[in-house]
Amino acid sequence: MSFLRQTANAFLLTELVAGMWLTLKYFFRPKVTINYPYEKGPISPRFRGEHALRRYPNGEERCIACKLCEAICPAQAITIEAEPREDGSRRTTRYDIDMTKCIYCGLCQEACPVDAIVEGPNFEFATETREELFYNKDKLLENGDKWEAQIAANLVADAPYR
Amino acid sequence: MNNALMTAKTEEQDRDETLREISDETHIKPYTLNFGPQHPAAHGVLRLVLEMEGEIVERADPHIGLLHRGTEKLIEYKTYTQAIPYFDRLDYVSPMNQEHVFAMSVERLLGITVPDRAQYIRVLFSELTRILNHVLNITTYALDVGAITPSLWGFEEREKGMEFYDRVCGARLHANYFRPGGVRYDMPAGLAQDMWDWTESFPKFLDDLETLLTENRIFKQRTVDIGTVSPDEAVEWGFTGPMLRASGFAWDLRKSQPYEVYDKMDFDIPVGKTGDCYARYLVRMEEMRQSLRIMQQALNEMPAGPVMTDDHKVSPPSRMDMKQSMEAMIHHFKLYTEGYHVPAGETYTAIEAPKGEMGVYLVSDGTNKPYKCHVRAPGFAHLQGLDFMSKGHMLADAVSIIGSMDIVFGEIDR
Repeated sequence: MSFLRQTANAFLLTELVAGMWLTLKYFFRPKVTINYPYEKGPISPRFRGEHALRRYPNGEERCIACKLCEAICPAQAITIEAEPREDGSRRTTRYDIDMTKCIYCGLCQEACPVDAIVEGPNFEFATETREELFYNKDKLLENGDKWEAQIAANLVADAPYR
Repeated sequence: MNNALMTAKTEEQDRDETLREISDETHIKPYTLNFGPQHPAAHGVLRLVLEMEGEIVERADPHIGLLHRGTEKLIEYKTYTQAIPYFDRLDYVSPMNQEHVFAMSVERLLGITVPDRAQYIRVLFSELTRILNHVLNITTYALDVGAITPSLWGFEEREKGMEFYDRVCGARLHANYFRPGGVRYDMPAGLAQDMWDWTESFPKFLDDLETLLTENRIFKQRTVDIGTVSPDEAVEWGFTGPMLRASGFAWDLRKSQPYEVYDKMDFDIPVGKTGDCYARYLVRMEEMRQSLRIMQQALNEMPAGPVMTDDHKVSPPSRMDMKQSMEAMIHHFKLYTEGYHVPAGETYTAIEAPKGEMGVYLVSDGTNKPYKCHVRAPGFAHLQGLDFMSKGHMLADAVSIIGSMDIVFGEIDR
């Protein structure tokens, strides 16, 4: 009996037809692909994307140049120089992130005691030249201003877990 | 009579020499074929030098090192916290398992225990990672032997798993989630339910995949009796994981030396009978179903509680504490600059990674950085078996054997 069944299966291409039938069924199902630049996949509040330096609501920059992020960075992508400002407060004079070195591990934002450096929700920062990826303080603050609403919302959403 | 014998001998020798001359002229040296490092079926940057007799592989000589990044040496210059992201990048299709083995080895040297909930989360995500790894392996393996559809479908399921990764740690691949002492963050609300739903819908995908592959005559012609490994050979060459189990050894570190909460989990170890590429495919398929069982048990039995050890000499305090308590602030600064000092000692800790036994031999000299960190990658042992596995097979079978070995060059070259 099993011989008959095997022979029948061999000649009728049953397993091939079954596979074809399955793919045909998938053909009529709704598409799972998304039309990328217009549609995007979901990202979580914890998403670690492009870096940003945040400001306090009054416009003062948060970073106090404690250099914890520079110390913890496994890829040594962060360079900080600091000196007192005219009003005597300690601030950075230089805050560079080499985005080509960065491995997006999120340790800098974990280390930051004042929530100044964060990895924001932006993942679309490809550039045409390598030099454009050497971020300086201006660029990072600009990112912070641009993404502040979403970054703040994400931090609030994830605060109970941190 | 003696003379006659001598004459016969010289005649024989003459004939031999003539034959040798003819064959020297007509014999073609084995054709040397460079396979990779850019070949898509080389699974990364494998450079394979094949000596071919026609289309038969005489000798396969894998050249490794094209993805060498000096991870082991780099780790000697990083604190224990900073070393974790390097492990994601070893076997980059199963990142959390690699972190797991390093976190466990550091915990063993520190002598700390991990909270229950963290252990369950680790098991849950280790098994999710195992499924993601096997999905990628089986579907790209099918692609290597000529079936395109599985990989298109497989990436959809893999994407769902990547979303769980994203939700729990913020990255789709390089998680940096398992830390010595526990896991970084607790699972966000709703994730457990979504993962449960996924474990219920995923078997449907596995059934579909089996409809396409398991009985398919083209797939079977390319895999059955190809690259057969006998049980003795598998042991002698140091094979582990599905490579060993497909040859008939029921050896799984999750059962034989349980770590975390695997001893409380009810699951079976699939064992192959034939040791060929097809058996390895079947073992991986069944392992995915067993991993789903473990995931469901972990989700069901997961207790509430902390996910990180409360010893703040090792684990950073919560942000709320850090901003309100001076002592917590000092701990925070110490941990993120100097890190923690691990008592002098050495350990070999191994886990059952999706590809086999992943081990870390860690030597600490009492400072805040490892003195030596050797990584035992399963793929390295498997790759060295490529020569004996592909000898006498066709060129196309070499591709099928490489696919079934599940090699990833991040961990082989390190």
